[in-house]
Amino acid sequence: MPAAFDEMRGSGGDLRPAYLQLARWLGELPPGFLPQRMREAELLFRRIGITFAVYGEADASERLIPFDVVPRILAASEWATLTRGLEQRVKALNAYVKDVYGKREVLRAGIVPEDLVFQNPVFRPEMNAQRVPHDIYVFIAGVDVVRVDADSFYVLEDNVRTPSGVSYMLENREVMMRLFPDLFARHRVAPVENYPDELLATLKSAAPATAAADPTVVLLTPGIYNSAYYEHSFLADKLGVELVEGRDLLVKGEIVYMRTTEGLKRVDVIYRRIDDDFLDPLAFRPDSALGVPGLMSAYVAGNVTLANAVGTGVADDKAVYSYMPEIVRFYLGEEPILKNVPTWRCREPGHLAYVLAHLSELVVKEVHGSGGYGMLIGPRADKATLAAFRARLERDPKGFIAQPTLALSTVPTCVEEGIAPRHVDLRPFVLTGRDRVRIVPGGLTRVALKKDSLVVNSSQGGGTKDTWVLDA
Amino acid sequence: MLARTADNLYWVSRYVERAEYLARILEATQRLSALPIAYGGTTNEWDSAVATAGCAGAFFAAHKEANEESVTEFLAFSPDNPSSIRSCFEVARSNARAMRTALTIEMWEAINETWLELRRFQPSSMSREEIARFLRWVQECSLRFDGSAYRTMLRNDAYWFSRLGVYLERADNTARILDVKYHMLLPAHEHVGGPLDYFQWAAILRSVSALTAYHWVYRESVKPWLVADLLILNDQMPRSLASCYENIVRNLDSIARAYGRQGPAQRQARAVRTRLQNSRMDGIFQSGLHEFIGGFIADNNRLGAAIAEQYLV
Repeated sequence: MPAAFDEMRGSGGDLRPAYLQLARWLGELPPGFLPQRMREAELLFRRIGITFAVYGEADASERLIPFDVVPRILAASEWATLTRGLEQRVKALNAYVKDVYGKREVLRAGIVPEDLVFQNPVFRPEMNAQRVPHDIYVFIAGVDVVRVDADSFYVLEDNVRTPSGVSYMLENREVMMRLFPDLFARHRVAPVENYPDELLATLKSAAPATAAADPTVVLLTPGIYNSAYYEHSFLADKLGVELVEGRDLLVKGEIVYMRTTEGLKRVDVIYRRIDDDFLDPLAFRPDSALGVPGLMSAYVAGNVTLANAVGTGVADDKAVYSYMPEIVRFYLGEEPILKNVPTWRCREPGHLAYVLAHLSELVVKEVHGSGGYGMLIGPRADKATLAAFRARLERDPKGFIAQPTLALSTVPTCVEEGIAPRHVDLRPFVLTGRDRVRIVPGGLTRVALKKDSLVVNSSQGGGTKDTWVLDA
Repeated sequence: MLARTADNLYWVSRYVERAEYLARILEATQRLSALPIAYGGTTNEWDSAVATAGCAGAFFAAHKEANEESVTEFLAFSPDNPSSIRSCFEVARSNARAMRTALTIEMWEAINETWLELRRFQPSSMSREEIARFLRWVQECSLRFDGSAYRTMLRNDAYWFSRLGVYLERADNTARILDVKYHMLLPAHEHVGGPLDYFQWAAILRSVSALTAYHWVYRESVKPWLVADLLILNDQMPRSLASCYENIVRNLDSIARAYGRQGPAQRQARAVRTRLQNSRMDGIFQSGLHEFIGGFIADNNRLGAAIAEQYLV
């Protein structure tokens, strides 16, 4: 594997301008200062109750994601490029979803193979020829971006269903400002605190035509046992909207209402953090106790907006990902600003042969997987693991894609032996409303805390960092 | 506001209030059982504590004998007793978590820290001193939660529903203490005012944090009919039935004004308050203290059901 690009030291070892102040500050610190601040940060998070659940762990119903106090810094120019690239990408994603459920030009033009759409379990035939308010499907996207050198940002994943993590972006900043006022005084960091306002504006702009002038927005959560429940309640609070569960809503005459202390109240926009499958037991999984019977009928009648729309999953699985550069060109007639990681689709025999021959060099992922589960990191795997994965690949080639092992950039991180470089990724949040696209300067930086590890997922030992975009 | 949120607010307050009450009962019982027999110390204090907590049935299903160890464990720590202090705090915290948005950050921190702290107490290895500290701590948690609500909540329906929970629970608790101890409050007893009962009455007052208040109000040594008067009819006394119903009526009226309509809950609450206002201690004793209190507890439960029916489902 090539040496990783360090965002503070660059490739050559000279300090990069955005990190000058930080490096100086780190050098001035008395020993033991940072570890003590780390403990304070943990205490703060624990008190506020920012927890997440890890599925499959017996006694881990509420855990903290480790937080690293050394910020990750992006220069204004880097952010400007990212912003343009993200906006372009999300525009294309929206156009693609609309097309898939509408005219299907992208299929007829042969850009994306039909079976990738129609045999995809997250394709929703209910959405065929269904117009959604203002033609927006992806209101909130969390696009995972990684960097390999000074100039190249790659998109790793487009999360356009119910991306999470934005509460960490906001809380990490709050905690950092409490712990390090001096460090903030030395930088001009673009604020992220307006995210909830931007989100609310986005959601309100999406209200159906039949809604009142000041539409009623709610956030629909699966409930307190969901891994992201903290985030749901946090966002509802910041948005100033009701946090509802399925049982708080009901549908009468194709209109959605919530049960309040004053009787039923109409709901216009639902920011839903429940997967399609569980939204409406009448339309999807009949055993879902989380959803609202009849919700789809109200949606189809155009009386309520769901954000994100039903069926957006067709745009973010890993097989469709590999077609994104063509998708961008097809709808926008532009060259993609953000790169795609070169991807071998194991569904294609030629690609499969290559992947099997180079298994120990590649990262192999399940097409429908997420959270870093079920993936193979070839260079790190032992012989038995490789053999087992080879067998899985041969059995179900369509279920996998493969990518080269990227040398993700590193950022200084506070670990046991002191400050050391660790690999990071970035999830900025892109909001698309009727009026415009909004991106607050920053995002969630995830960091692989284990030395040399490339897996940043919180469910697999990753942590988070505050992400700074400098003013100039 | 969401009916479920209002329901949660109401129950969080009730559970926190109940936890405090249980701590007070345990404290008072501890004191009484340490008294020499000649000063009113009896052997069945722990039976009486279980009865006062309103869970005699569940307790004797699980334990043969009510003694210091079994009752303290059951009322304070037992995960099998849905009304133990531990269960109260756990349910309160999970209700709070389900409606974080309706709580102020101070209230959430109060309840969340209580819950985090609770897990550090190891009941099996606690000495009497540690249990005493634990009971103090429970009362401080309740004070902190209550104080946070009072100082930080917007004065809107969320606040009113949470207050309703406090006062309904408090009225129920005060009535229960009176009911269990009523035989001691009946006058025309041979040795009224003797040293035997004195400490028992003081214990009742202590368990509703009213011992000092008693002296300020009556400026007399502890007399049974004055104790009953203080806890039932005196509206200056924050735990009296009269005071609880002043507050219940006021909060229900605030809700009715905000929502623009009165309902059965408002009417029922006013009826109970009127009955309290029109009562005199002589009359209550003549027609039977036990009957009076029994009737009150039933009324209070009916009001709880009416509030749930009208607002919380």
